Amino acid sequence: MRLSDRQFLLVTATALLAVATHFGQLPAWLAMCVPTLILLRVAHRRRTQRKVALWLRVPLLFTLLAAIVMQFGNVFGREPGSALACAMLAMKLLETESVRDARAALGFSAFVLMSALLNSQGLGITFAVCASLVPLLAALVALQPAATPTPHVWRSELKTAGALFGLGLPLALAAFLFVPRLGAPLWGSPGGFQDARTGLNDQMSPGSMTDLLIDDSPALRVTFAGAVPTPDTRYFRTLVMWDFDGASWLSSGWRRPGSAETLRTLAEPIDYEITLEPSMRPWLPALDVPLDVPLDAPADARMDSTHTLAARKQMGELRQYRLQSATSYRLGETLDERDRARALRLPAEFNPQTLALAEKWREESDSDLAISRKALELFNASFHYTLAAPLLGRHSVDEFLFDTRAGFCEHFSSAYVVLMRAAGIPARVVTGYQGGWWSTTGEYLLVRQSDAHAWAEIWLQDRGWVRVDPTSAVDPVRVEFNAASGGAGPDWMYGNWMRNLRNQLDLVNRMWTQMVVGFNAARQANVLQPLGISKATRSQLLLILSSGIALILLLATAWVLRGDKRRWVDALDAAWRQLLVKLERSGLGLQPAEGPQTLLSRAKQHLRDHPVQPRLKLLVECYVRLRYATAEPAPQDIRAFANQVRALRLPGRGFGKR
Amino acid sequence: MSVLGGLASSLWLRILAIAERRLPALTRLRQPESLPILLNRRRIYVLPSMFGIGMATLLVIMQLGALNYSNNPALLLTCMLAAATWMSLFAGFRTLSGLALKGVTASECHAGGMMQLEFRFEGGERMRSGLRLNCADVSTAFCAPAHAEQRVLMAIPAQKRGWWRPGRIRAWTDYPLGMFVLWSWLNPDLAFLIYPQVEPSPPPLPGNPSHGQGVPAPGREGDYAGLRDYRSGDPQRQVAWKASARHGSLLVRETEGQVDENLCLSWNALAHLDHEHRIRRLAAWVLVADAAQLTYTLELGNAQIGPASGTAHRHACLRALALIPDAPE
Repeated sequence: MRLSDRQFLLVTATALLAVATHFGQLPAWLAMCVPTLILLRVAHRRRTQRKVALWLRVPLLFTLLAAIVMQFGNVFGREPGSALACAMLAMKLLETESVRDARAALGFSAFVLMSALLNSQGLGITFAVCASLVPLLAALVALQPAATPTPHVWRSELKTAGALFGLGLPLALAAFLFVPRLGAPLWGSPGGFQDARTGLNDQMSPGSMTDLLIDDSPALRVTFAGAVPTPDTRYFRTLVMWDFDGASWLSSGWRRPGSAETLRTLAEPIDYEITLEPSMRPWLPALDVPLDVPLDAPADARMDSTHTLAARKQMGELRQYRLQSATSYRLGETLDERDRARALRLPAEFNPQTLALAEKWREESDSDLAISRKALELFNASFHYTLAAPLLGRHSVDEFLFDTRAGFCEHFSSAYVVLMRAAGIPARVVTGYQGGWWSTTGEYLLVRQSDAHAWAEIWLQDRGWVRVDPTSAVDPVRVEFNAASGGAGPDWMYGNWMRNLRNQLDLVNRMWTQMVVGFNAARQANVLQPLGISKATRSQLLLILSSGIALILLLATAWVLRGDKRRWVDALDAAWRQLLVKLERSGLGLQPAEGPQTLLSRAKQHLRDHPVQPRLKLLVECYVRLRYATAEPAPQDIRAFANQVRALRLPGRGFGKR
Repeated sequence: MSVLGGLASSLWLRILAIAERRLPALTRLRQPESLPILLNRRRIYVLPSMFGIGMATLLVIMQLGALNYSNNPALLLTCMLAAATWMSLFAGFRTLSGLALKGVTASECHAGGMMQLEFRFEGGERMRSGLRLNCADVSTAFCAPAHAEQRVLMAIPAQKRGWWRPGRIRAWTDYPLGMFVLWSWLNPDLAFLIYPQVEPSPPPLPGNPSHGQGVPAPGREGDYAGLRDYRSGDPQRQVAWKASARHGSLLVRETEGQVDENLCLSWNALAHLDHEHRIRRLAAWVLVADAAQLTYTLELGNAQIGPASGTAHRHACLRALALIPDAPE
């Protein structure tokens, strides 16, 4: 059956809506191309009322396919997959003319909607996508023939779709809760966010964090079992960088765990749990400095000799781990020769001015601590903190120290460590997150990507590795609050109130993340705890799932059949039967094969000259007329007949035996 | 082969017989039933449509994808879509359940023409849309408003004269999403009479037997009562050519003589034609004679209808013609 204009427009609008949920995720050319194709098709159909010709469709299809392959390298995986789905949807619309095509296009739109969620699973987009199901269902309803003759057809269609959606929610939630989650993916790696995700890197050069520092997305959330550490100790250690090649600092990669630096705690360790957003990086940030690998250790988590934690695989999904950390500690009180040499190494022929300055300080000072203090005083006196730091050339530290004198944590930590090494003090760069926003309502610490930070550690005799944050010498506020509130942060992007609002809203995001996004196999196993099953197995979940679905469908069936008891009862027949019952009660035996006329003659004999007899005669005649002489008796006649039958009083059973 | 075929058919008959005994709900609807017919759960069947099967496959793929990427929002979306799909089954059932076929009437029709069937449905307390009706390879869509009767017209080609039974009528719907087809068989105990085909351009009416066979009744000159419009079947010599030329359309002299007590349309007089052709000819003449408001007699072998005129007579004649048994082989 051919689509009406209205039906076609509804299908098109739904498809556009589905493509719109991919906004910002499609490559720009495709994001332009798909809606343009769809709109052109609308205009084309309006003019020609036909499919787009095959000779046009086939080359277009291959062009789109080739362009997608050129963009992504292949057509598999999440991003190329959703791009392909959007392109195919547009192609489907080009040939949509029948109800069958339209249904296929709408089914495809559902797929496109779903693939939008594969690339981002925030609260807002999920709600938007789920809500888009209602217009999609309404468009399917609109494909039905013989629309209801109401003035607002769309309203009844939307109502039907909304009812289906709403009534389906219990079933959907039951299925969502109990569909067994996969412990390991069936195909591919769950990763796929790499390109889109900012985060810490194992390489640091001045300016490399700029993108990160203006990224407001959450990096991790921390809940503390006991006391909450003070703001100045909220350093989340992630990577330790030893090697400097003149331009950038590199993380050492894996080191023998046997040579772990000793750790002596000076105060009660802090118990806490970190919920790490998908980072597509293997490392696990931990409050400076973690005692051991996480208590509920992901099997593949390891601790480096420098007390940094990492897993073997990238964190493609939400990860939760519990840790203990010491904020007051002695780390690596002895330093072996290899590490000392490594912590002092500087690339040759770089930053001559800096080396000279450090040597001068060495001569002037009597202790390592004094040299460090000199460096911090220098920063404090004439440097300023800015995210819009000037670009640096070959002698990056020289230029920063003696020329530009403006930068952010990377510049400061890098320059500080180079200064220390040049003065003969073992030093290294540490990156991670610092600060965070404490939610009093949710009692958790929210750490955003913009809280990424780089600081330094120097090794002092009898003290071991000591954390020094050169940035705080310039901008203490940065350390006490967060990056954005210090200096020329991205306040130009949002006002402060906006930032507060976003922080408050994170509570909702956190609930969403914890309850929905992070509902993995492990969490699902605990769902049945109220029923006394502490670790539900897959078969138990399947049992619950199937019985839950069966129960809901049974309830729905019962509800649907509730009104089905109504039998077809003809009002005239019912009244006639009532009359028969009355006659039987008065002693006239009934004979099933008897017609009304014979019944009447028998009743006459039975009643003899009882005064009710003429009325009975009238009633039977009335019935015969209504039943046999009228094609379709009028309802009011039937009603009158029924009333008279009801009013009829016949003599009792004893009458005939007189 | 034929032995095998016979075996298979006898086996099928046995299965049907067992089914008839064991599953009356499935098979009793082959028996005609009296109107009104109320659709209820005992006679509503359901299967997923092709689109439904395709959608289920798509949902499984989507669900696997969501599970593979441990993407809970996507899983939630597929669950919601799947649940809404399930609910559409119940909505579809509610569309069909409680619908009642109250009556069927048919227009007068001749074989080879179209029969206008009018079904009267009653929807009860709720509005039902997206209903379809299939009857004798013809399909139509309708909706039944609440608390009102809905008339559904279907034009069905009338193929053969005689009694025609609509047989099993399929009332079905894939409302609201098109993913499930729900249907019910209606087998109302109805038979409609299809009148015989009419010969397209029959020869003029036969004359009075006293004037000779096959000769049209001549209007006696001077007896004519006036002019009237030409009707098909009017003899050519009655056309008033001069008056017609003046008037621009064919006019016929109407004569008193046309009220002929003895106009007899006789089966036996047409012995030179074959069986069905005779019936077609007679049917055509009955219509011509009725249109001319003549009094006529239809003689079929030893049965005789009339002489009479008027609608009731025409129906009686056409009915008799329609019910003539087929020609013996």
